[in-house]
Amino acid sequence: MSLLSLEAVSGFYGDFQALFDVSLTVEEGETVAIIGANGAGKSTLLAAVAGTLARVEGSVRFDGGPAGGLPPHARVRLGISLVPEGRRIFPSLSVEENLLLGAYSGRPGPWTVSRVYELFPLIERVARTPGARISGGEQQALAIGRALMANPRLLLLDEVSLGLAPIVVGQLYAAMPEITGLGTTVLLVEQDVSQALRAAGRVYCLLEGRVSLEGRPGELTSEQITAAYFGV
Amino acid sequence: MEWVNAVVQGILLGGLYALFATGLSLVFGVMRLVNLAHGDLSILAAFLLVAIVDATGLDPWIGLALVVPALFVIGYVLQYGLLNRTLAGGELAPLLVTFGLSIILQNVLLEVFTADSRGLDAGSIETSSIRISDQISIGWFPLVTFIVSIVLLSVLQLALSRTRTGRALRATADDPRTAQLQGIDNRRIYALAMGIALATVALAGVFLGMRTTFGPAIGPARLIFAFEAVIIGGLGSLWGTLVGGIVLGVAQTVGAQISPGWGVLTGHLVFLAVLATRPTGLFSRQVRQ
Repeated sequence: MSLLSLEAVSGFYGDFQALFDVSLTVEEGETVAIIGANGAGKSTLLAAVAGTLARVEGSVRFDGGPAGGLPPHARVRLGISLVPEGRRIFPSLSVEENLLLGAYSGRPGPWTVSRVYELFPLIERVARTPGARISGGEQQALAIGRALMANPRLLLLDEVSLGLAPIVVGQLYAAMPEITGLGTTVLLVEQDVSQALRAAGRVYCLLEGRVSLEGRPGELTSEQITAAYFGV
Repeated sequence: MEWVNAVVQGILLGGLYALFATGLSLVFGVMRLVNLAHGDLSILAAFLLVAIVDATGLDPWIGLALVVPALFVIGYVLQYGLLNRTLAGGELAPLLVTFGLSIILQNVLLEVFTADSRGLDAGSIETSSIRISDQISIGWFPLVTFIVSIVLLSVLQLALSRTRTGRALRATADDPRTAQLQGIDNRRIYALAMGIALATVALAGVFLGMRTTFGPAIGPARLIFAFEAVIIGGLGSLWGTLVGGIVLGVAQTVGAQISPGWGVLTGHLVFLAVLATRPTGLFSRQVRQ
């Protein structure tokens, strides 16, 4: 049984349809990447899984049970945590308070504040600083750490590399093995295709709201990926 | 010395205004909801205590311990059952609903308690005072009111900054959508904020009822003072609310010292002056992205 399975999922923003009959599965322990051009529906797909998309049709199942109708906070309790696009750090809370808030759901597990600091030493230095005053890289590390504090079974990462220097992106992705090593399943959205292919065991490519390609990075040729990415 | 006395009385009066304003500020800060029934709910609390005292003969100070939790429950249910539904309807919907609620409350109070002015008997504390000099004496009751407002603000400030629920309230105020992604149920947080707000409003209403007489129709005037204290102090700042209340209180007592009819007017003028020169208030929160 898959940890996450989407069957014929369509997603809408008002009258605008962003996803068309997307089917996808993620097995426990896997790291799966979703790639695709701007506006292909990658973030919409994560929103449909996290529960932040207002209108979703089709079946979203988590750990065998239906998750489609649940509000976002209930999905966190089930073990789905989203690191949202743009980090969304709480500006008036300190870095440490942001982390503590991540543990609001009270899910048991290995992640604690000190463990997150071990994983991302760069944010321990700014522990008492308001979230609004730290750098983009620190905010991204904090956003990941905050999601980990909920001890998720499925971690959703939306555009981790967006707007960050390559060296910072490298540091963040270097933390991935430690996260997945604890059994956390990861579904990530990434614009940087080569980064996604390095990090993931399996990729889906979205094109205009539909799955255009699925496979393991080693088994896909760059021609296949280019075709699926641009639709040529 | 008369002027010093006016300032001292104004500062103490500011404590009462801070009690009125705290809940308004909290609710606006957490869910951007302007509760136009705020003043009427404080009068409801005062009448509720009148009813309890009439029915049981209980000391009003002990009755207060019943009214504060009662208003907390009313606030929680009101927000969870009614006002949460209005939040999705844009900024106008909660305004209209609380405006309607204000009218309903005034009329229900009129129907149940008649238009007669009522008062609450706080006992000997109402008339006793500390003499500082010939011209200045501090009444025990205004002093207790002021101290209660400081204790209340300290407890709220501590709870907001130190507890898990306080963090959740601040995070929801910052960014409700992201707060949900941390496992926070916004509807419950909003209900809790309104519950706390109405508990503070119960204190305000009862202290008002002990200080002076009140009738079913005076709620809206209380709302205006609360608004002015919040705006003067700066939205989202608890201690700013106390300063706002004090500025308003001093303006009113000093104005009344100039001419007895000028008290309330001077308060309004000072409020307008602050609004014109520092529209975000004296202590508005600066930390924003």
